[in-house]
Amino acid sequence: MNTSLNFAYYPGCSSTGTSIEYDMSSRAICEALGIKLTDVPDWNCCGSTPAHTVDHSLSSALSARNLDHVASMGLDSCVTPCPSCLANLKTASHRMEDEGFRNKVNKLLDKPANTDVETKSVLQILVEDYGIENIQKKVVKPLTGLVVGAYYGCILNRPPELMQFDDREHPMAMDNIMEALGATVVPFPLKVECCGASFGIPRKDVVMRLSGKLLDTAEEIGAMALVTACPLCQMNLDMRQNQINNANGTNHNMPIFYFTQLLGLALGLTEKELGMNKLCVSPRTLLDAMANGEILKEKAA
Amino acid sequence: MKIGVFVCHCGSNIEATVDTAAVAAAAREFPGVVFATDTMYTCSEPGQDEIVDAIKEHNLGGVVVASCTPRMHEQTFRRTVERAGLNKYLFEMANIREHVSWIGKDREANTNKSVDLVRMATEKLMRNTALQSKKFDINKRVLVIGGGVAGIQAALDCADGGLEVVMVEKTSTIGGKMAKLDKTFPTVDCSSCILGPRMVDVAQHPNITLYAYSEIEEINGYVGNFEIKVKKKATYVDWKNCTGCGICMDKCPSKKARDTFNEEIDFTKAINIPFPQAIPKKAKIDPEFCTMLKKGKCGVCAKVCPSGCIDFEMKDEFVTEKVGAIVTATGFDLFDWTVYGEYGGGRYPDVITSLQYERMLSASGPTGGHIKRPSDGKEPKDVVFIQCVGSRDKSVGRPYCTGFCCMYTAKQAILTKDHLPESQSYVFYMDIRATGKLYDEFTRRAMEEYDTNYIRGRVSMIYPKGDKLLVRGADTLMGTQVEVDADLVVLAVGAEASVGASELAEKLRISYDSYGFYMEGHPKLKPVETNTAGVYLAGACQGPKDIPSSVAQGSAAAAKVLGLFSKDQLESDPQVSIVDIKRCIGCGKCIQTCPFGAIKEIDFRGMAKADVIETICQGCGICTSTCPQGAVQLQHATDNQILSEVNALCQF
Repeated sequence: MNTSLNFAYYPGCSSTGTSIEYDMSSRAICEALGIKLTDVPDWNCCGSTPAHTVDHSLSSALSARNLDHVASMGLDSCVTPCPSCLANLKTASHRMEDEGFRNKVNKLLDKPANTDVETKSVLQILVEDYGIENIQKKVVKPLTGLVVGAYYGCILNRPPELMQFDDREHPMAMDNIMEALGATVVPFPLKVECCGASFGIPRKDVVMRLSGKLLDTAEEIGAMALVTACPLCQMNLDMRQNQINNANGTNHNMPIFYFTQLLGLALGLTEKELGMNKLCVSPRTLLDAMANGEILKEKAA
Repeated sequence: MKIGVFVCHCGSNIEATVDTAAVAAAAREFPGVVFATDTMYTCSEPGQDEIVDAIKEHNLGGVVVASCTPRMHEQTFRRTVERAGLNKYLFEMANIREHVSWIGKDREANTNKSVDLVRMATEKLMRNTALQSKKFDINKRVLVIGGGVAGIQAALDCADGGLEVVMVEKTSTIGGKMAKLDKTFPTVDCSSCILGPRMVDVAQHPNITLYAYSEIEEINGYVGNFEIKVKKKATYVDWKNCTGCGICMDKCPSKKARDTFNEEIDFTKAINIPFPQAIPKKAKIDPEFCTMLKKGKCGVCAKVCPSGCIDFEMKDEFVTEKVGAIVTATGFDLFDWTVYGEYGGGRYPDVITSLQYERMLSASGPTGGHIKRPSDGKEPKDVVFIQCVGSRDKSVGRPYCTGFCCMYTAKQAILTKDHLPESQSYVFYMDIRATGKLYDEFTRRAMEEYDTNYIRGRVSMIYPKGDKLLVRGADTLMGTQVEVDADLVVLAVGAEASVGASELAEKLRISYDSYGFYMEGHPKLKPVETNTAGVYLAGACQGPKDIPSSVAQGSAAAAKVLGLFSKDQLESDPQVSIVDIKRCIGCGKCIQTCPFGAIKEIDFRGMAKADVIETICQGCGICTSTCPQGAVQLQHATDNQILSEVNALCQF
C-alpha cells in the first residue's frame, strides 16, 4: 500500500444532488482508509453528455479548466466517483495532446490550460493504488450472507483505449471488492449493459425496457441487491424502479447501492455517514436482516 | 572495358518521372561508356535483341541496364548478355524504378538520382571479373515437414515420381486438420473416407519414411545437400512392436488426459491412440497425465500390453537425415477466441469452436456423431453460428480474411439440420465469401433448402439466460437489433500461423509475414517457392487455405522438387567469399562470425589459414567486414567494387 495517497477530488454535479450519497460515502471511506482527498477549488461542470454532443472543443474546455485547477494544486492525479465525469476529463486530457485541438480549446479559456493530469475513478484508486487485500484487512463488519450482483454500466471501462482500467466486457473490480468484504457475489451477466442513461428524459420507454431487463436479470440470478459505481445507472435503477415496475408490470423491490456505501458498512461506518437514507428503494429490511444475522438463518433454512 | 548503357522507360513506370533520354545522354559522357540509349521495355524481346546487337556492333565488354529491381529481371538480362557471348557477371543493374521513379515525383531530382545510380553501376562494372559457376552433386531425397493433407499430397507425388521421401510430423498421427473434419464442402463427402486411404498410402509407400511425433531440431546445408536433425520425442512405447491393439488405452486408469485430437471436448487416457484411423496406429504416453511417469506408481499398461512395448525409461532420440530439398507444410492453428469478452471469453461451456463442433458431428468423435450441449448433454434446438471470429477484425490484430469459414459454416448449418431436423440454425455473417467452384451454390443451398437464417451483422454480446444463451447482435440489412435464445453457439474461428511457425522459419532461413505465415518467392509467379533455394511451401503455412488449394499446392511443391531433381548436378553461385591466402593471418575471426559454418581452418605449410567451403557459403559478406586484413573478399562485391561505387557517388 502506498502510504501517502493524496488526490485532488472532483465531485461532479450529480454529487451535489441526485448522488449525494455516493459523494458522502466516497469521502467517508477514503477518510477511513487514510486516502487524502482535496476538493478541486472552484470546479465547474464537466459538460456531461450535452456538451460533447454539441461541440468537442467546448466540452473539452469545460474539463480542461478543471484539470488546470488540479495542476495548480500541485497534484498530478485527480479522482472522481462519476464515470461520466471521468470519461470527459480523460477525453479532454487525451484530445489536448493534439496541438491544433489544444489551441482551439485554449482560445475558449481565460488562459492556456495545463491538462497534464491523470484522472482515475474512486473504484480504480481503491483497486490499483490502495489494493483490495489492504481493504480486506480493514473490514470490521463483513457483509456475510448478502448476495449481491455488481453492475458497472457501459462507460466505466469504455472505450478501453481511453479508460485503461479492468476488462471492457467482463470487469471484476467491484465483484472482487464485494467478495473481499464477505458478500456472496453472483456473476451478473449484464454487468456492462446500458441502463438507458439520459434517455430517461427524452425517451423514458427506452430506460423502462433496458433498466427493466437489468432488474429482471438480477432477480433471476438471485441477487438481493445490486451495487453500482455510476450516478446515472443508480438513479435509473433506484429512483425509477417504481416507474419500471409500473411500465413493465413487475414487482421489483431491489436496493441499488453505491459500492462505496457497502464498503463503508463493512469498514464500520454508520448508515448516516454513508447516506443510506438517501436511497429511494429502502434497504432497511435488507440491512436489518444483515445486521441481526437473519439472512444467514434464512439461507440455512 | 567498353560499356553499353540501356535506360528503360518501363512503359510509363519510369519515364513518367525520369527523363530517361537525359540519363542516357549523361551516361555517354562517363568513362568507358561507348554506347547509351533509352528503350521502351528493355526486358521485352526487341529490347533484349537491342542489347545483343549493341554488344556485337560496338564490341561491348559489359552492359548496364537501368530499370527495375534486380529481384525482378537480373536473371533475364544475365541470360541476354550470355546469349551475346559475354560472361553473365559482366552485367550490372541500376534500380531506377523501385528506388527512384515509384517513390518520388520530382522529375529533375529523379533524373539526377538516376544518373548517379547509372554512374555507380558503370564504375562497378569496370571492376567486375568473369565468374564461373561450379557444379556439385545433389542428394535426391526430399524432406516433407508436416503430415496434413498438403504434406501428404506433396509426399505421395514425390514418392510416386521415384524420390525417397522423409516425412516429419509433430503429433503422433498424420492427417492434420482434415482428419478432424466430419464432412467436406461443397460435396458433403466424408472427410476421413477421402483422406484415410491417402494416409494409408503414406504408411505403405516403399519410398516414404515417416517420423511421427517428431520435430525438426536443426537444419544445415544448402540446396541439394541439406542435413536435418530430427528429434523423435519419447513415446514410452516401442513402436517397432506396438500393434495398435488399444488394450493399454482401454485399461489405463488415468482418464483425464488432454484430448487435443478431439479439441478438448472430452478427455482421453494418459496412454492413447488419437483416433481409430491414426497413421501410424501406435500408442504414446502423455507424460503430463501418466501416474507412473509422475509418481512412479501404476504401470497398468505395461502389465496388459501383449507385445511388451511399454518402456517408461524411453528418452528423446535424435536421427540425422540427408536430403536435397524441403517441402514445408506445417499448416495453421486456430485463433484463440477467448480474447472476445463479448462472447463470454471462454466462461460459457455452450459456446464452442467450429472445430469442436466438427468433432461432435463426426461419427468417430467423442459423442458418436450426436450433437450435444457440453453443459448438460441435451440436444440443442436453436444453434447460432457466428462468423469472422478472429478474421477481418483489426481490433484483435487479425485484419485478414481466413477465407474458408463462410463455407464450413454453411456446411455445419446443413449438417445440423441433417442431424436434428427440428433444429433451427442462425448464421451471423459480415459478407459471404464463397468464391470457388460450386461454393456460392452451396451457401445458397444452406439458406434456401435448409432454411438457415442468415443474419448480416455482428454479435455484440452473448450471456446466459436460464439454461439458454441469449445472443444479441445487429441485423444491418434490417437496421434492427436481433436477439436469439440459443441452445448452442458455434464460433467460426479464424486461422492463424501454426504454433512454432516462426521458430521453424528461422531454422529453414525463410521469411514470414507479421502474422507468422511463410512468404512465398513471389506473390504471383513463385507461389510455392521461398527465397531460400531448395525450400518449398505447401498449404496453409503460407496463408489460410481450404483443402483443394492446399492439395494443389502440395502437388505444385512436389512438381518443383521433381523439376529440381531432374538434374544430377546443380550449379553453384560463384558469388562467394574467397580467401587471399597471402594476406590471411589465420586469426579465425571469419570462422567465428560465419552464420553458415562455411569457413574452416586449414594448415598451409605449417601456418593456420582460413578456407571457404564454396558450396556452403551463402555470399552474405559478414566475413568480409570482419577480416582485419581484408583477406576475405566476396566475389562480385569486393571492397574495391563497393568503394568504386562510393567514389562514383561522392564525387564532390
